[in-house]
Amino acid sequence: MSQSNIMPGFRPTIGFTLIYLALIVLIPLSAMLLKTFQLSLDEYWAILTDPRVLASFRVSFGSALIAAAFSGIFGFIIAWTLVRYPFPGKKLFDALIDLPFALPTAVAGIVLAAIYEPKGWIGKLVMEAFGIQIAYKPLGIVFALIFIGLPFVVRTIEPVLQEFDKAMEEAAASLGATRLQTFVKVILPNILPAAITGFALAFARGVGEYGSVIFIAGNMPYVSEIVPLLIITKLEQYDYAGATAIGLTMLLISFLLLLSVNGLQWWVRRRSGQL
Amino acid sequence: MNTISPVLTVHSKPLTIGDADWVRYALVALTLTIIGVFLILPLATVLIEAFAKGWGAYASSLTHPDTLAAIKLTLLTAAITVPLTTVFGVSAAWAIARFEFRGKSLLITLIDLPFSVSPVIAGLIYVLIFGAQGWFGPWFSEHNFKVIFAVPGIVLATLFVTFPFVARELIPLMQEIGHEEEEAALSLGASGWQTFFKITLPNIKWGLLYGVLLCNARAMGEFGAVSVVSGHIRGLTNTLPLHIEVSYNEYDFVGAFASASLLAGLAVVTLVVKTFLEWKQKQDLKASRKAADSH
Amino acid sequence: MNFTKPSKQLLILIAALLISGTALAERTLLNVSYDPTRELYQDFNKEFIKYWKDKTGEDVEVQQSHGGGGKQTRAVIDGLEADVLTLALSYDIDQIAEKARLLPKDWQSRLPHNSLPYTSTIVFLVRKGNPKGIKDWGDLVKEGVSVITPNPKTSGGARYNYLAAWAYAEKTLGSKEAAKDFVKKLYKNVPVLDSGARGSTTTFIQRGQGDVLIAWENEAFLAINDNENGKDQFEIIVPPTSILAETPVAVVDKIVKKNGTQDLAEAYLKYLYSPVGQKIAAKHYYRPSEPEQADQADLKRFPKLELFTVADKFGGWAKAQKEHFDDGGTFDQIYAP
Repeated sequence: MSQSNIMPGFRPTIGFTLIYLALIVLIPLSAMLLKTFQLSLDEYWAILTDPRVLASFRVSFGSALIAAAFSGIFGFIIAWTLVRYPFPGKKLFDALIDLPFALPTAVAGIVLAAIYEPKGWIGKLVMEAFGIQIAYKPLGIVFALIFIGLPFVVRTIEPVLQEFDKAMEEAAASLGATRLQTFVKVILPNILPAAITGFALAFARGVGEYGSVIFIAGNMPYVSEIVPLLIITKLEQYDYAGATAIGLTMLLISFLLLLSVNGLQWWVRRRSGQL
Repeated sequence: MNTISPVLTVHSKPLTIGDADWVRYALVALTLTIIGVFLILPLATVLIEAFAKGWGAYASSLTHPDTLAAIKLTLLTAAITVPLTTVFGVSAAWAIARFEFRGKSLLITLIDLPFSVSPVIAGLIYVLIFGAQGWFGPWFSEHNFKVIFAVPGIVLATLFVTFPFVARELIPLMQEIGHEEEEAALSLGASGWQTFFKITLPNIKWGLLYGVLLCNARAMGEFGAVSVVSGHIRGLTNTLPLHIEVSYNEYDFVGAFASASLLAGLAVVTLVVKTFLEWKQKQDLKASRKAADSH
Repeated sequence: MNFTKPSKQLLILIAALLISGTALAERTLLNVSYDPTRELYQDFNKEFIKYWKDKTGEDVEVQQSHGGGGKQTRAVIDGLEADVLTLALSYDIDQIAEKARLLPKDWQSRLPHNSLPYTSTIVFLVRKGNPKGIKDWGDLVKEGVSVITPNPKTSGGARYNYLAAWAYAEKTLGSKEAAKDFVKKLYKNVPVLDSGARGSTTTFIQRGQGDVLIAWENEAFLAINDNENGKDQFEIIVPPTSILAETPVAVVDKIVKKNGTQDLAEAYLKYLYSPVGQKIAAKHYYRPSEPEQADQADLKRFPKLELFTVADKFGGWAKAQKEHFDDGGTFDQIYAP
């Protein structure tokens, strides 16, 4: 606490931060909480355990999980290549990684549907080669979420790889470790926390994603209907309590996820600080 | 880590700590494939569709009054949202990176929260508060002030979704830079504001700009949240992303992708500027570290 | 003082003039409508603005908001200030009357023909040459036929589609149980459920999904005549029986009173019933309620088929909604695994 003696501006900045946080985020979110409280616990439970709602949670969380896993693997490969290997146009490709951050989700949705539909560029290839349809199937959701999640993983792993001390690899190699052993025993454990963070961020974002998924999902109840769509559907039937009950549950899960991600980062920082 | 590890000097040949050539080529090829399929192809599709009927159709759909109105509204929304989010981000980063207090981890999580809240929920919460059936809706309606289905609602929803963008960028950066320089300035008698403008701001400017840039891209591109609170009135409450959906639904595919190309163009410009900023920031950090080392 | 009173009156007069002055110059009407009426009202608004200018000398503006029926209804209930509603089904306007109390419950009796300036029906759009041989509702449940229709929970048009199929099955198969089985089979053949009619049309036309699109008659015509190569790619199949889609219009009393647009809003809807309005409706493939006002050439395009109403077969929208589309209704049941 020594710096707080001399450093000015704690009160105004924390004050403004808290007030702004309350106005823009907390009070509006609490509206949802209060709306849900209009339901009795039994009603709330009945809404959540409705088979169609459960199915949509399975679809949303399942596809977000698979997509985040793929983003994790692809993201690791991309980050590794971008950090370690020189190749022409590297800077350009590196810059492109952030495209999903910057491209509006609605545009992404329309474009992804156009590419992966059975008659689209890639959809057709995959259809003819493997007989697998991507768009309008749960697989379409996974593809859209990989698009959304990829930059999160790359951007969390990249800096760690850059900072990674090659001397450790050299030491392992000089002690006779094979490349694979070095990778598994030395590199992977150091990258893993960042990879998990990226994975969790991609997952958290993917669960709530709406704009890019809706065009490609097919939106079939029990099969490819995602939670945000169900919230919209409930809204359009003027079932606000039902919509907020589902929304609140999603929010709680997101919050817990983020809390654990931040906890993980804190843990990693402390651990690396001690090393 | 400036010391060269001794193993290297012992071997006559430099030890290969890199990967075999085939691994390199395979991984580079895989990376390019993934980036190509998942990122470049969508971007290319936008441009191909936008120019499907030539330059003339492209230009005329962009100068349509409804498109222009959508562009204007999008710019207005960004013009209100970005400064507010920036001021908040700087203030939050100052409080969090420069002071220790209880519940800091919780505060950081709360700041991050809007980032993983489904955009649909982000719109819904403002409807619950300001909608005609909501808490304050009737009061605002009596006083003839429209929030939902008007510009204020769109701005609020955008404020929500862009909330963490600047703060997220600045907090780790300011933690990394440390506060020695600021303390030195303060102990030499500089005021708080002087310290901020002369010491802190120059140190964080590139990171700050980067955050502002991403915030701007999101503010201009948000779809889900804005869609819930917009009302979709042509030429009035349609932002560019909503206008894209409207055009698309009117079978005006060239128009839809022409508007999309604007946003995609914005994305590309954002990425280029961002890459430059990152490079610049690295240079600055290096320079300041060198300066610190030489003292 | 003596002149207090008149001066006060003067002030009020000036104020009123100022207010009405600005209001006169800037009066706008917001028409909240459903998905497929975009082209119709683009045309009609131009004509109405001209008509109003000629009649009163006032420049007005008409704003349009389009979207899936459910979304539009919710928006109005939540405070989207629509002066006039031109929606897909009376149930949506009933909801606005009931939940937001913006207009009286008997709104439908205020304009001619049950507030229906035009109606429509549901037909099939198939790929050119009708490769799957679709002729009637019964063909939609055949194996290997892929059907595109939107989600009846969010789309008004989709509810007509659903009810039309149901009524056909109940009549030909004889029981409600059989009808439920029929729609269950039908929706098994649906690969994509879009949230609105336009989304489904795009999925069918642009994305190339499905063998049959169950569509609004006007959407089907539009797809053929207003799309490039539409005539070479698709054709319309008219089933022997279908549902009469009653697409009502209404002035929103509370909003027009607040906005001072009552006269304008009423004139706007009345103009829909005028020869000009009826002609435009027919031109955009809506069936005019007073066909003698429309062009005979346009009328000839409408195929003849036997039409039944929601009131006849389902006892009105409130009942149909509750039985079929509310949570736990037949639509939810047919999807339960």
